[in-house]
Amino acid sequence: MSPKIGVYICHCGTNIAGKVAIDEVVEFAKKLPNVVMVRDYKFMCSEPGQNLIKDDIKKEKLDRVVVASCSPLMHEKTFRTACETAGLNKYLLHMANIREHCSWVTEENASATEKAKALLRGAVAKAALLEPLEKKEVKIHPHVMVIGGGIAGIQAALDIADSGRKVYLVEKEPSIGGHMSQFDKTFPTLDCAACILTPKMVQVGQHPNIELLSYSEVEKLDGYVGNFKATVRMKSRYVNEEKCTGCGDCWNKCPAWRVEKPKGDKKVVHDALTLGPPKAIYMPTLQAIPAVPVIDKESCIYFKNGKCQICVKSCPTGAVDHKMVDVVREIEVGSIIVATGYKLFDVTKMPQYGYGRYPNVLTGLEFEHLNCASGPTGGAVLMENGQPPKSIAILHCIGSRDKNYHEYCSRVCCMYALKFAHLVKEKTGAEVYDFYIDMRSFGKGFEEFYNRLLEEGVRFIRGKAAQISNEAIYPEEEGKLIVRCDDTLLGRVRRVPVDMVVLCSAIEATGDSQDMSRLLGLCHSKDGFFAEKHPKLAPVSTATDGIFIAGCCQSPKDIPDTVAQASGAAAQAMMLAARGAIEVESATALIDEDRCTGCRICNDLCPYHAIDFIADDKLSKVNEALCKGCGTCVAACPCSAIAARQFNDAQVLAEIEGVLQ
Amino acid sequence: MALQKEYLYYPGCSLHSSATAYDDSSRAVLSALGSKVVEIDDWNCCGATAYMAIKEMTAFTISARNLAIAEKKGDHVVAPCSGCYVGLSKANNYIKEFPEVQKKVNTALAEGGLSYNGTVHVRHVMDLFVHDLGADELKKFIKKPLKDLKVGCYYGCQIVRPKNEIDSPEYPTTMEKLMEACGATPIDFVMKAFCCGGAILGTEEAIGVRLIKNLMQSAKKNGAEILVTPCPLCQMNLDAYQRRAAKKYGMKFDIPVLYFTQLIGLAMGIAPKKLGIGKEIVSAKSVLKQFL
Repeated sequence: MSPKIGVYICHCGTNIAGKVAIDEVVEFAKKLPNVVMVRDYKFMCSEPGQNLIKDDIKKEKLDRVVVASCSPLMHEKTFRTACETAGLNKYLLHMANIREHCSWVTEENASATEKAKALLRGAVAKAALLEPLEKKEVKIHPHVMVIGGGIAGIQAALDIADSGRKVYLVEKEPSIGGHMSQFDKTFPTLDCAACILTPKMVQVGQHPNIELLSYSEVEKLDGYVGNFKATVRMKSRYVNEEKCTGCGDCWNKCPAWRVEKPKGDKKVVHDALTLGPPKAIYMPTLQAIPAVPVIDKESCIYFKNGKCQICVKSCPTGAVDHKMVDVVREIEVGSIIVATGYKLFDVTKMPQYGYGRYPNVLTGLEFEHLNCASGPTGGAVLMENGQPPKSIAILHCIGSRDKNYHEYCSRVCCMYALKFAHLVKEKTGAEVYDFYIDMRSFGKGFEEFYNRLLEEGVRFIRGKAAQISNEAIYPEEEGKLIVRCDDTLLGRVRRVPVDMVVLCSAIEATGDSQDMSRLLGLCHSKDGFFAEKHPKLAPVSTATDGIFIAGCCQSPKDIPDTVAQASGAAAQAMMLAARGAIEVESATALIDEDRCTGCRICNDLCPYHAIDFIADDKLSKVNEALCKGCGTCVAACPCSAIAARQFNDAQVLAEIEGVLQ
Repeated sequence: MALQKEYLYYPGCSLHSSATAYDDSSRAVLSALGSKVVEIDDWNCCGATAYMAIKEMTAFTISARNLAIAEKKGDHVVAPCSGCYVGLSKANNYIKEFPEVQKKVNTALAEGGLSYNGTVHVRHVMDLFVHDLGADELKKFIKKPLKDLKVGCYYGCQIVRPKNEIDSPEYPTTMEKLMEACGATPIDFVMKAFCCGGAILGTEEAIGVRLIKNLMQSAKKNGAEILVTPCPLCQMNLDAYQRRAAKKYGMKFDIPVLYFTQLIGLAMGIAPKKLGIGKEIVSAKSVLKQFL
């Protein structure tokens, strides 16, 4: 029995009808083989438009539907649902894209009409060969994994845990808290970072629904939406988490230094990340969660020569154990939130600013640490010689908005620079020179904060600083650091002598973001930030279903935006878990077992890791829950053993012939 | 890393006139390192920066003639003068990138029976030390280390600008590595890539002299006993004008300025005469006395 095809041509207002002569296409369609019904309508996606299709399916007993309208990305789902409600298998619908591929991109009306006809003829030819497919559902595992324990990961984990679901929070450092735990004040409200972060960290540590895997990394990820299996390596701390009370006896008595031991005078500028006691056994911060120290194998004396063990002897609970080994766990979860954060631009790449050569040139994070009450000076702003500075230069856009390094705006630097300016004014009364390109104070309360700083007497100089040197030419420059800059408001080159310089370095993607994207099957931008599924309408979803992103691993952003995005990602993960099951694409690839030679070419090509090699049978097999039907394997198979459902050879050739006829 | 067996050599006008010390020392050092230097036949002016600024296409053609001659003999042409290097490189890059430039240039060259296909690599002599030889390899050739000699490495503007593969345009450090390999002690010379005044000393002497004063003051303050440079114009300006600058600003400068190849040659044990040492205006004799 020959198929009965209904053709529905959409005007899309004037989007299509303005270019394509609809009447002509309708008449043309009527003469196509197997077509028993042709209709046109102003907006086929509207309720009356859909009803036309539904009614015809029922009354005319249509068994194939072709809609000539926009891209399937836009409305395939709409029309599939219409078919399904009328009792027709939804995979018997086919679309001809006569908007994006035709009316929008063709200049002449006549040729647009001809192209629409050709596309429609191809679609009708293919529709005749469509086969019904079965609907497929997979169950969703209710547990969620969050990778990264900074403020984004913490927020997402708490949101999900509070909804009553179990969360595994995986953090690669010994403590959660991330960069935010190293900040002093936060802009523009100047509330203390520790005061708002520490309670959340404690909640994570105590929450019955959160299992914190600190000092751990995800090594492997298998599975698919709803059914992921993550292999997590829990690196050995050499301290038993159960037994340790965090008393501090071990690090107080440890004779080995993890960083260079300070000599003589007060040395205020430490390595930025060396928080807490800088010994071989150390606690990252005093607020660390878990409050358990870790041994740095590189500097520990025992690991060098098998002697010492002072920490073992000093521990009152016997928690220190140098023989501890890594534990590898397999964890099953339904969805994953990636919140792996950022790293700071390495300012030594810009040697003109003298970082590393002049001790009073600091990075933003070092200056943050210097301002922090738990920092090396107890929060006092001091130069390397222990004296307070009389003048400070703050340089914006170091490594960002710079074609030689990162073209993008790092988004937080203007505001943290203003925060620094305020803190310096408040603590030292020093002269502050702020070198900016453009002041970007776009967020809530940001412009008001900028105005406040203007009134506090900070000297704003519009122009990117070119060089920092100690090269005095004029007497007042002796013993100072001289900032050379093109003042674009004055139109002159200026030399500004100061005591101290802060480089506001850019946020950049973490060094391992490429490995992470390979591991998790994520896409990333050329800068290394993970790519969202849609920049506006799906900002926390990714190309892999069931994996969401939040925080600075997606793009530079401040704390409020990070927290909002983390809650968004948490909501997506909870939505999946609440549904319990999800329908997956049925138009998947299918491997003909008689033809497959087990060459495995398709295994590595599949962008979704959907093809497994079954060693016992020496065959490759498609995991239908993972397959998106992209067709890469179909084209690559040297034996033509793989067919794509809805895109098999006969169907594709029929469509091509139809278009070219 | 190793030097190539043979390099084509484009001396330019200065190495045959004001900068014969650079010519002598470059040839002597490269030959001692086992590389043959072959000067290209019938070369002409590189057009210098002045021509490039006024008539770009003519400047490209002038440079392309030299490249076309070189192309017949080989593929790496070395220009020790920074000005020649920039002129030849710029012409070469434009010809390679824009077919219409190549077409115009070749129409002109055809008049002289030449054509250029864009296969030549333009190299600076410092570039050879950095990328072909490397400081570690150079160390193996050092026979008389320049122990305790405090050297200021002065790059000038052209060799690192515009941004290229030789070194950082803002704060280059490769010459320091070469000097360390020679056993000398490079000083932290902040103004090492600042302007020496260039051609402005001929027209606006007061400005040029002020720039020379700033450079020399910085070199002196940081303890330089001697300056080295890879550029003939920088060498001439610093060498010839430092006393005038000192007089004008009531200071005292007495820092000899040599080509970096001269110090490398000295450390390799090559006779000072072969390196053109002694041709400088501010004599290097007393500073280098223990190495001569």
